[in-house]
Parts: sequence; structure tokens; C-alpha cells
Amino acid sequence: MKFVDEFRDQEIARRVSVEIAKLAGDRRYKIMEVCGGHTHTIYKYGIEDVLPPTIELVHGPGCPVCVIPMGRVDDGIAIARTPGIIFTCFGDMMRVPGSDGSLLDAKAQGADVRMVYSPLDALKIAQKNPDREVVFLAIGFETTAPSTALTLLRARAEKVMNFSVFCNHVTIVPPMKALLDSPDLKLDGFLGPGHVSAVVGIRPYDFVAKVYHKPVVVVGFEPLDIVQGVYMILKQLTEGRCEVENQYRRVVVDEGNPQALAILQQVFALRPHFEWRGLGFISQSALKLRDEFAPWDAELRYEVPGVRVADPKACQCGEVLKGVLKPWECKVFGTACTPETPIGTCMVSSEGACAAYYNYGRFSRAAARGDVLKLTPVESATGA
Amino acid sequence: MPDTWTEQEVLERIDKIRHRKPTRVRDDFINMAHGAGGKATHTLIEALFEPILHNPLLAQLGDQAIFSVDGVTLALTTDSYVVSPIIFPGGDIGELAVNGTVNDLAVGGATPLYLSAAVILEEGLDIPTLTRIVESMRRAADRAGVAIVTGDTKVVPKGKGDRIFINTTGVGVVRQPGRLGMDKVRPGDAVLVNGTVGDHGTAIMIARGDLDLEVELESDTAPLHTLIDAMLEAGDVHFMRDATRGGVATVLNEIARQQDVGIAVEESAIPVRNEVRGVAEILGIDPLYMASEGRLIAVVAASDRQRILEAMRQHPLGEQAVQIGEVRVEPPGMVFLRTAFGGTRVIDMMIGDPLPRIC
Repeated sequence: MKFVDEFRDQEIARRVSVEIAKLAGDRRYKIMEVCGGHTHTIYKYGIEDVLPPTIELVHGPGCPVCVIPMGRVDDGIAIARTPGIIFTCFGDMMRVPGSDGSLLDAKAQGADVRMVYSPLDALKIAQKNPDREVVFLAIGFETTAPSTALTLLRARAEKVMNFSVFCNHVTIVPPMKALLDSPDLKLDGFLGPGHVSAVVGIRPYDFVAKVYHKPVVVVGFEPLDIVQGVYMILKQLTEGRCEVENQYRRVVVDEGNPQALAILQQVFALRPHFEWRGLGFISQSALKLRDEFAPWDAELRYEVPGVRVADPKACQCGEVLKGVLKPWECKVFGTACTPETPIGTCMVSSEGACAAYYNYGRFSRAAARGDVLKLTPVESATGA
Repeated sequence: MPDTWTEQEVLERIDKIRHRKPTRVRDDFINMAHGAGGKATHTLIEALFEPILHNPLLAQLGDQAIFSVDGVTLALTTDSYVVSPIIFPGGDIGELAVNGTVNDLAVGGATPLYLSAAVILEEGLDIPTLTRIVESMRRAADRAGVAIVTGDTKVVPKGKGDRIFINTTGVGVVRQPGRLGMDKVRPGDAVLVNGTVGDHGTAIMIARGDLDLEVELESDTAPLHTLIDAMLEAGDVHFMRDATRGGVATVLNEIARQQDVGIAVEESAIPVRNEVRGVAEILGIDPLYMASEGRLIAVVAASDRQRILEAMRQHPLGEQAVQIGEVRVEPPGMVFLRTAFGGTRVIDMMIGDPLPRIC
């Protein structure tokens, strides 16, 4: 398939990997991919099998579902259970456990919870059901926030008053800073988020290079993007440079997307502080609706408990989100906590480090020790 | 867990837990995932239905039950169809209801003979639509050489159903009893598929129109019994199952788990239409989990794979037949994929419910 297969070329990956191994020499490097989309790609394509063993990829906090604290999930479920409401959200969010079940459980018990692929679909549902109240659970970083903003602008322009947004949008820079300030994590560089950067550009990461002296390379989501990003970080390190570079030029403009930034500015304001799962409260790290959008703000329209709920004791999502623990090092990983019966958020979203590792990577690490994966050649349809 | 456990030890422990049969349904309520054909469906069957209804035939959890009456070996199967929309590119619920049951008989090595049809109609369904669906049941039955010989009609009030649900039960005669079975699967066997995977699931999703995607794609619904006859004649087939709900990934996991074998799959060998790949890329769904309604997975003796593949390619429903993987001793109970990128990954049972009501 065009524009896809080129970025999954095994032979190019092998050649780049040889170059990475040369640059790395005997030293071991720890590189964090900030974005959950990258974590997913890394496991889905088995990129760790392709990279030299001197490179360790550490999974970061950029999984939108993973960072939502349990209290906010409970608030969402409380809104969903309000009689007469149509509650809409992205598919992953439906399985996230709150302190008393998930949205999927609420649906099974009679709440009208519907999966949508875009906030505009939620708005359409509101327009088709003028006698019902429709709420959209908005999550995600700067990647998804513009589409929520656009939807709110449209709701206002078309005076759709039976629609509101339960806003949980967060921003990428504050958690990166929190990680860099954390003493228990030693990183050599960052693979910067791709789609967030398509909106915000690459300048917001300058502080990582200037203040913390770590290289950042913004990369795309195909396997070769990641491998090239690792190469660019090692190149910087071995040449003694420390910069923010853009590998994902086919999508990311250094200055970002001014139109998207303008509507974010128009619709959202920073919250003074917001709780992140595992990372605690981080100031100015999340977005809320501006006052002029109050009629569409679900937090103002509905009673929510608004209670901070501690994560289950056994759950170590926080340590996994910070990259301090590998998924398999969590005490409940794969035993009490599985994608079918998740305890923590990291096991829910396909972008969560635990789910990605459980679903895709559970075997490949072990296999690296043996040759069980060497397949006998399979002939193709034409080669019979 | 002691702090000294290695990654390998953790993974082995997880695998032990995965191998245990579920003993109870942990959910308090039925949700859509229980009907998706993946892990939740299996848990429901293995921990609720099978233990309560327990008998030796049911315990085999096959696509069909096979038993002998007065020296004749029969196969019996049943399936309900709740697909939405009821008419879709490449077919409709009536054709699907016949083909699906015919295939569940045929993959067990049975020649399909008679079908029953029970319909649950929602108040308000228009007669021309019902006529069209019943006519296509007739056409599908004629094509498969079966007769629909008994039936039942129920009507539920508006809002208590969704236009039409159909249940079909099929009976067939097994010509060579004991020839096919999951227990015949051996390490070294080749894993074959008769064509592109995921067409049906993708076509249904597009037909719903929720996605605003314009893709020209038809369901692959088709009766597979003549293809299967040709395969059985060509060589030593050990086991077959049609890749419906949960897709190829689910069928392979069922085999790996029940027979405690490993199954290795080569990603680049799996035939997937560009249209299906494109939709799967956009939605982040793996085509291996997408349903087909005219595709089967066959596990065959490695020595006969070439002959069987050639026989399949002679048949209109097997022109793109290909080997996608092989059965091995290690790792027991697990399906893994060599990615086209050169890495490896696990393919597990489907979790959750990416595509409700596709059949």
C-alpha cells in the first residue's frame, strides 16, 4: 500500500540499525518515547527486535487514556448515568475502570453510552436527538483538542444547546518537565510526539535541550520513523550536540499549525492544576472551556462527584507512566491486571505501555534468547 | 512476587495463568464484548454454558457436534444472525444465515443436507424487504444444495428487536468420520487460508455509514462446501474452521490453546485487500481480527500442502489460497507473528468489541 509500505521496509531498518549500533558502541542508551502512539508502533512491529541491544526504549506518559485519574472516570460515569443523557466517548475510554465499574458496565446497566470516532459525530447525534442531552467525553493532548474546539465552535454557531463537553484535555510539556525533574529516571534523550507537534510545533521542547541538555527528535508513527529517530538522537549525542530536531517533516511544520493553535486559544483556558494518574497534580497542565463556552461545559451543567480517588493499591501505572518500571515489573501485570480485566489505565488503551507489551511484546523479549522464531520459508501465492 | 523475578519468569507465570480454563464469568452483566467472538465470548461459553449444560459432545466446543445414529455419522450446528445493516454490499442477512450454517457443517467434513430457519421479526418490518431476504435464503440454499425444511416465525413489538434476526440450524452427514479434528493438528503442519481476510467485517462497517469513508468493498459471504470437498480429495487435511467473528487471529488462538501448540504466522504472506488494510490503518484495527464469511483456515500435513493449495487455487473461492504459517511445538498455546518489518509479536485472542453485530 502506497505511503505506508515505504515506511516499513525491513532492509532499510536493518541498515539503519547497523549504523545505530556503530554509533552506540559499548555504551547503553535509554531513550524515552513520550507518545503512546509510538509505544504502540514499537510493540506492534517488534522494533525492539530490530534495534541493537544497546538501545533501551523507555515508555513515556503520552497515552491520553492512561493519564486520566480515576476520579475523573467516576465523574464521567456519573454524568453517563444521569437519566436521559446520551454519553459519547472514544472506544478505549469505555473500558477504563472507575472505582465502581467502567462506562461499559454503566452501558450494560442501562446508561446510553455510545462510541464515536470524532467529537463532530457526537454533535451530529445531538442534532439528530434534539429532545435528549448529549455529552462528549473529551480526552487527549493537543492532538485531539483542536477537533474538540472546532466542535464547540460549531455547536455555538449552530446553537446546538443540547450538547456539552466533559473536558479532560491535557498538554504535553508539563508532564515532560515533571519527568525531567524526577530524580529516579536517567534518560539520554526523547523521541518527541508526532501529532502533538503537528499542532504545537517543535519549539515548545527547546527547554529540554537548553535547560536539561537532552536531545529531542520529533518522530512519526511508522516503524522506520522510530528507527531513524533513534539514529538521529545517537548522532546528536556522539557529536556532542543537544537540539530539538524534526524527523516527521512530512507532517510536522517547525512552527506548528497556527490555525489549530488559534482555535485552542479561542475555546480553552489553562486549568490552574490537574491530576494526572501516577504523576499527581501538575500545575497548568490541562485545559478547560473558557467562560463564554459555559453553556456547553458538562462540568457546569451536571452534578459530578469531583472527588479525588486514589488508584488501587496494587496498581503501579504511575511508575510505568514515568518509565521507572517496565510493564512486566508491575506486581499485578498479566496476572490480576490483563486487557480483559484491567486494574490500571495502562492496560486499557492500545497506546498504554502495559497493553502494548501484553498484547504484542509478551513473547518477543523472551524469544530473543532462542531461535524459536526463525520460520521455515513460506511460499507465496505466485511462487507455487 | 519476589523482587528477583526475571522478565522470563514473569512471562512464564502469565502464560500459566492464561492456560487455565476460566472458571467463572467475572462480569456482573452481559456487555457487547460477550458477543464479539473474542476472549469474553470464550469465557462466557467455557465458564457458564458448558459447565451447566455439560455433556461430552458439547465439551468439545466445536463449530458443529458430530455423533452417530444407527451407523450414520451426522453433524449438527446452529447459528443466529443479527447483522446490522440487514442488506449490505455483497449480500444480506438471509444469504449470510444460510452460508454461515452451511460452512459450519462443511468445515467439519460434513455434507450439508437440511436447514431450519427461525426468524424473529420486529413490528414494522416491510414485507418487500422480508420477501427479498427470504428469496436470497432460497437462492443461497439452492447454491449450497440444501433445503430449508422447517422453521418458526415470531414477531416482537417495535423497539424490542432490530427489523429481523434469523437463526438457522443445519444437519449434515459426515462421509469420513474421524478424519478431521482439532486433535489431529501436529507440529510441522502448514496453516492455509483460501483468500483475502477481513472483507466481510470491513464491508459491514463501511455499510453502516458511521465512518464517512468511501470504500468499494463487498462481503465475501459464500458457501465453502465444494472448495472443502476439493481440499479433502487433494490431501491430508487435519482441521478446518471458518474465520468469522474474531477473525483469523481468534481461530489460530483457539487451535493453539486447545492443542497446546505454537503457531507461527508470516505477516507478509497474509492476503489482505488494500481497501481492508486502509480502513484497518485508519481505525487502528488489525485485519487479523476482522471477520470473513467465506474464508477458512485449514491446518494440513506439510507434505501435502502444495497439492492442497493447488486444488484450492483451481476453485473460484480459493484462487488466492496461500500458506500463512505453520504449527510448531514452541511456544505452547501461543500464536506469534513475524512482522513484515522483521520484528516479532504475539497475536492474542481479541479483547473487547471493535465491531459489533457483523453477523
